[in-house]
Amino acid sequence: MADKLTRRQVLNRSMALGCSVAASPLWTPVSLAQTPGENRLVVIILRGGMDAIDVIRPFGDPNYRLARPTLSAGAPRADLDGFFGLHPAFDDLMPLWNKGELAFVHAVATPYRNKRSHFDGQDLLEGGLLAHDAARGGWLNRALQMVPGAQMRTGFGLGQGVQRVLVGAAPVAHWAPDADLSLAPQTLERARRVMSEDPAFAAAFTQAVTLSTGNGDPNRMPEQGKGQAHVNIARYAAEQMRGDTRVVAFSLNGWDTHRDQPLGLARAAAQLTQAILTLRQELGPHVWDKTTIVTMSEFGRTVAENGSKGTDHGTGGAMILAGGAVRGRRVLGTWPGLAEAQLFQRRDLLPTADVRETTAWVLRSTLGINTSDLERSIFPGVQLGSDPGLLL
Amino acid sequence: MAFSPELADIRFGCGLSPVHASPETAGAMVDDLLQADVAAQAFPIETFPAFRSRLVDQKRLARAMRQAGTPALQAELKIQNRALNKQTRHESITWFGQALLRWTHTPQGFRERLVHFWSDHFTAQGKRGAMIHGGLPYQEEAIRPHIASRFEDLLIAAVTHPLMVHYLDQRSSIGPGSEIAKKKPMAGLNENLAREVMELHTLGVGGPYEQADVRQLAELFTGIGYVPHKGFIYRAKAAEPGPEVVLGKSYGGAQARFGDIRAVLRDLARHPATAEHVAKKLVVHFVSDTPPPDLVKHVAARYRQTGGTLSEVYRALLEHPQAWEPDLQNVKPPFDYVASACRALALSSGRVIGVKSGRLKRMFLGPLKLMGQPWLRPAGPDGWPEDDGDWLSPQGQAARIGWAMSAPARLTPDLVDPRLFLDQALGPYVSRVLRREVYGAETRTDGVGLVLMSPDFQRR
Repeated sequence: MADKLTRRQVLNRSMALGCSVAASPLWTPVSLAQTPGENRLVVIILRGGMDAIDVIRPFGDPNYRLARPTLSAGAPRADLDGFFGLHPAFDDLMPLWNKGELAFVHAVATPYRNKRSHFDGQDLLEGGLLAHDAARGGWLNRALQMVPGAQMRTGFGLGQGVQRVLVGAAPVAHWAPDADLSLAPQTLERARRVMSEDPAFAAAFTQAVTLSTGNGDPNRMPEQGKGQAHVNIARYAAEQMRGDTRVVAFSLNGWDTHRDQPLGLARAAAQLTQAILTLRQELGPHVWDKTTIVTMSEFGRTVAENGSKGTDHGTGGAMILAGGAVRGRRVLGTWPGLAEAQLFQRRDLLPTADVRETTAWVLRSTLGINTSDLERSIFPGVQLGSDPGLLL
Repeated sequence: MAFSPELADIRFGCGLSPVHASPETAGAMVDDLLQADVAAQAFPIETFPAFRSRLVDQKRLARAMRQAGTPALQAELKIQNRALNKQTRHESITWFGQALLRWTHTPQGFRERLVHFWSDHFTAQGKRGAMIHGGLPYQEEAIRPHIASRFEDLLIAAVTHPLMVHYLDQRSSIGPGSEIAKKKPMAGLNENLAREVMELHTLGVGGPYEQADVRQLAELFTGIGYVPHKGFIYRAKAAEPGPEVVLGKSYGGAQARFGDIRAVLRDLARHPATAEHVAKKLVVHFVSDTPPPDLVKHVAARYRQTGGTLSEVYRALLEHPQAWEPDLQNVKPPFDYVASACRALALSSGRVIGVKSGRLKRMFLGPLKLMGQPWLRPAGPDGWPEDDGDWLSPQGQAARIGWAMSAPARLTPDLVDPRLFLDQALGPYVSRVLRREVYGAETRTDGVGLVLMSPDFQRR
């Protein structure tokens, strides 16, 4: 029953979206015989606009300290590659760097320019298109549509909210670690019939039933799990990835550091660090070796610090790559420089590459998606160019 | 389609109630807004001026801590500060209870809906100390009294309110050419509030503004500030000398004045792009995620004709036949879902007033978080999503169903007969399937749970 509904829903959606049903790998029963490979991919959306210049600090650039008189204080060293240094709040990730399991891609952006809105910026980041079109869903879902043998549990969006990067025609699991649905069998059947007349409710209900352990007390109040939310998500993600799950997406908030950035960024960095280290610990060495974690944010921030020890919305940002599968210990990307004439609109870090290009290479290496699908369907407008060799 | 009293309560109000009659005409719904605010009188919430005294106390304690001569005294003050925060937190939970009771018992449902709509449009949150709990006092002062006045009055009240100034960092934005900047060369602008005023509060992100306008508006805003013992203040020493040019119009002169800020806010409020933005947002919120273009046009036109007089804008919305399509559409956000369930259950105020805050957390605040809507804590200044897809997640639905199956029996121990409850909660909007399943339910708990989890009850 569960499978049937999901399948029908997929069919309805893909027809509504005008996709060719015959061409859809989800439509052919043959896909059941295939498996999506062994590589794991974790996409972490850092909401609020991560200040790339503060996370991966360009100590080698003569204009860095001039633009950031207070934010550049502390840890006055270029400890990554002689030019860049890592923000001290990420110190716990340095063992990964030293082992070659951590890399950065600097001065990248989505195609979003000028208005610097979080909300439009995130729509474009998660939609992956040149102009946002909600009907085409998120890029990670489009990628899963290309993965042979992908099932609902192949992709997991985790958290209290919906991860839009994963929304779309391919069936994926949306869930939260502390979610649970436990109903007595007869009530469950009644509820199913009540939901059946409204397809959107029926789909959500069916998935909730499928993803619940169903072991809870039917009359208990819904309650939150103990512990910190981002750690619980990482732990739950790892549990799924040790099984059939290959792709996980979740978000971390708190990167919009207009004021008192030393405090705010340290807090956000600690959450990201804990999430990555929890994943590594819980996945175990065998799965970790096949894992790529990639972070991205809707934009970077102004090169100059503002009047309140913070930074305002900018353009060029950075991505973080971590995992046993990453060819790390590198800061990738073309550094544009921080002199005023080198900035985007004399204000922001100039993007020298598209976030989607790096992401496309990650998708190609982890999920084996071919170049033409990447350039045409998943990230239209992107040219893959030469292989940056991101992964081992 | 034409007005229907039940639909008026379900789509534009707080849901059907077995106690309160539904509105009789669309006109009466708006007229009610111009009458006394009966729900606020019945269930008072601390207003911001009273709330400010907590900030004053906290500031005093913070100063004493800095000056404390001995570690023992410092520790003692720290304990006092923690106790103060704890008390404010407990009281803020009782204010949540009052907000819930307003929904449950108001005869003016449209008013509560508008208060929530505008509080979300002007999302502001406390980030530190006692201010964290200032959300409802802010609504009482800046939003609630202005929901039927002109949009520009609401805009000025919200944008210059201490909680908004705090939330979007306006207090630390200093004009680079101001008196303060002459003494503190590190001081400078912070664009946060100026950007969100254009993008979220007025013109909308598609509106005709550019980065240079954001910058100029940020310069104009530099005088906006607050102090705990007074509330809003105009900080002439922090203000950037004018003039500034916003959307092609020049404001102010060498001597910056608060009047310039009011003037630019009034102009932004009267801009045709704002009319469009506000009209569309109202229609999306109240009618459908895919707003009928004619309805939006009709509401926007009234906005322009009346200079953004909100009571008239609402009349335009409610008089249009496309507002009354009988198929239920939008999915209720979690608070509206829970509160409309309490209204259908006629939850008695004694079950909320005077109960321990821990119980209110277990019964309401915890479940709301799991449903995806932690109380007054949206992720950003854009507030809660309008998209039904965000409320139809499996994890969110699991939490709603869990609540529907467990909360009603705990809240109303003498649980209503589900067959009666069906009509009480849904009136004419009961599907045949739902009626059959509820009539066949084994227990009252199951029957009431089925009503509340049904798409019939979750949509409006």
